[in-house]
Amino acid sequence: MSEPVLSVENLSLRYRVAGGAVAALRNVSLSVRQGEVLGIAGESGCGKSSLAAAMIDLAGANAEVTAGAIRLRGQDILRLDQAARRRLRGREIAMVFQDPMTAFNPVLTVGAQLVDFQFNLDGVPGREKRARARDMLARVGLSDPDLVMGRYPHELSGGMRQRAAIAAALLMRPAVLIADEPTTALDVTMEAQIIHLLRELRAQYGCAIVIVTHHLGVIAELCDRVAVMYAGEVVEEAPVDELFHDPRHPYTRALIACDPARIGKATGRLPAIGGRLPDLSDPPPGCAFAARCGIATDRCRTVPPPRVAPGADRGVLCHEAAP
Amino acid sequence: MLRYAVKRIALAVVILFTVMLAMYAMVFLVPGDPASLALGPRATPELKALLRERMGLDEPVLWQVWHFFRNAVTGDLGYDVWSKRPVLDQILEFFPNTLILGVAALGWALALGIALGAAAVVWRDTAADRLLGVLSVGLISIPAFVVAIYAILIFAVWLRWLPAIGAGTPGDPASQARALILPAFALGIGWVGYLARLVRASLLEVMGENHIRTARAFGLPERRVVLRYGLRVAIIPTIALLAVGLGSILSSAVFVETVFGRPGIGTLITGAVQKRNYPVVMGTVLFMTAFYLFVVTAADLLIARLDPRVRDVFRR
Repeated sequence: MSEPVLSVENLSLRYRVAGGAVAALRNVSLSVRQGEVLGIAGESGCGKSSLAAAMIDLAGANAEVTAGAIRLRGQDILRLDQAARRRLRGREIAMVFQDPMTAFNPVLTVGAQLVDFQFNLDGVPGREKRARARDMLARVGLSDPDLVMGRYPHELSGGMRQRAAIAAALLMRPAVLIADEPTTALDVTMEAQIIHLLRELRAQYGCAIVIVTHHLGVIAELCDRVAVMYAGEVVEEAPVDELFHDPRHPYTRALIACDPARIGKATGRLPAIGGRLPDLSDPPPGCAFAARCGIATDRCRTVPPPRVAPGADRGVLCHEAAP
Repeated sequence: MLRYAVKRIALAVVILFTVMLAMYAMVFLVPGDPASLALGPRATPELKALLRERMGLDEPVLWQVWHFFRNAVTGDLGYDVWSKRPVLDQILEFFPNTLILGVAALGWALALGIALGAAAVVWRDTAADRLLGVLSVGLISIPAFVVAIYAILIFAVWLRWLPAIGAGTPGDPASQARALILPAFALGIGWVGYLARLVRASLLEVMGENHIRTARAFGLPERRVVLRYGLRVAIIPTIALLAVGLGSILSSAVFVETVFGRPGIGTLITGAVQKRNYPVVMGTVLFMTAFYLFVVTAADLLIARLDPRVRDVFRR
């Protein structure tokens, strides 16, 4: 098995807020290998976007990493200085953002921005950067790249913009591509096209891809491995087939049960997970999911759950999921 | 773009006619007969009648309004009651002085204001940012004529570097430029603070937008992110304000022109009001309104050019 390109080790991150701090990530570990697609799933507020932002060092001024490491090819990028971290962005780790409507600057043409985004590519003249941008637009399936280059973002459709955003992310052949909810803002047809595109690109470029989404369908279509997050923790990690066929964590089971795509017949009630996320400014002492869990015991509510390994390449954070 | 331009210009014309009508109404609503006021208590009825005739006040009101409109459109703003010179000639003689003063004042204020505003964002939440904040508010609060008097005192009286009064020798650009420095400084300094605050606020808002995060995600240096990605968006509201700014700066030029004894529209209009020289007052106000509308319309059209989103809204 090859070495991971990017690995997150025991990462804890909190946001300083008025009157305290919110523990957005708690002891998160995961890794992604060359050519692999890792999905990060979970409901809103589980910390998946914070994790994606932390990977590219854009978690914001009020974010603070309290423990852990983020290793790119073994090197802890959190220990690098500001300038060195900035040099990695786009060139080693690139990101596709959730909302293609606002991801581009409104008063610069798409072409001008794609040229700018190759800032970290040294010694390449502007004309060549333009040509590279144009080629990449063609590769992501935009039929008239020259036209798109001269357009302002608002002149393109949502799907075209998301393709352009993906083109931007691939411009410098990064080792890791992080896509934060890449299809959420798109309609279903567009979503299918973008998923198809990402699959193609994965085969073509072989970079490691991290896809953050709350949409299990996207995970099933695209990913090799899945990490399920809940309340700032990775509660289960497994290869994609095993996760869907043999989920071990009660939260994963509940999440799969709630996926509307899995409901066979028409129903008046959609299944949902009762209760709410715990308050992360004061996390519970035991398992974070205990309050909403059907099989929780007293031990779950007081003792933090251990990480158990029900199989190769699998991990579950649960008292009751012993192999 | 063309349809948008036509719409904006048509609106400006409508506003101009409304202003003319309002001004005409004002002359009739203000208590006191202009002719009696102008001639003083010892004037004979014959003299008053003569002056009223000369001012065109003896005709029916609607006829006067029509006359004024028709003449104004052809560029005839009437004659000075006292010197009998065409009003337009006087305006054209004085206006360049005021315009140069206003443009110079706003120009240096804009350059420095944008620079300080952007600097405050690059250094946000540091001591430098807070210092710039205090400085800006300080500059906004000082009235232009106070700055003018101190500027004269320091640079003209004590240091003797620059002339205290006048607009310089006609035909001598160097002397005119030297005479411009102190008035432009006094007139623009409040706007430096104002523009710095405005640019900072506008830029900070833009810096929270998603496209800024995208630019950062590609490793663009922070300075480039602020200046190219942030400032280009943040500058748009500033231009709209600038047009309004030129209007207000031209009206506050009255004080500065008075302090510096500088011939200009301000001096012309104060003199005319004191002497109840209505044709000059009306002609000047009309001219300034037309100029102001021209600037505001031009600014709107410029914004449409700079912001492709606005351009497209009006292309449809």
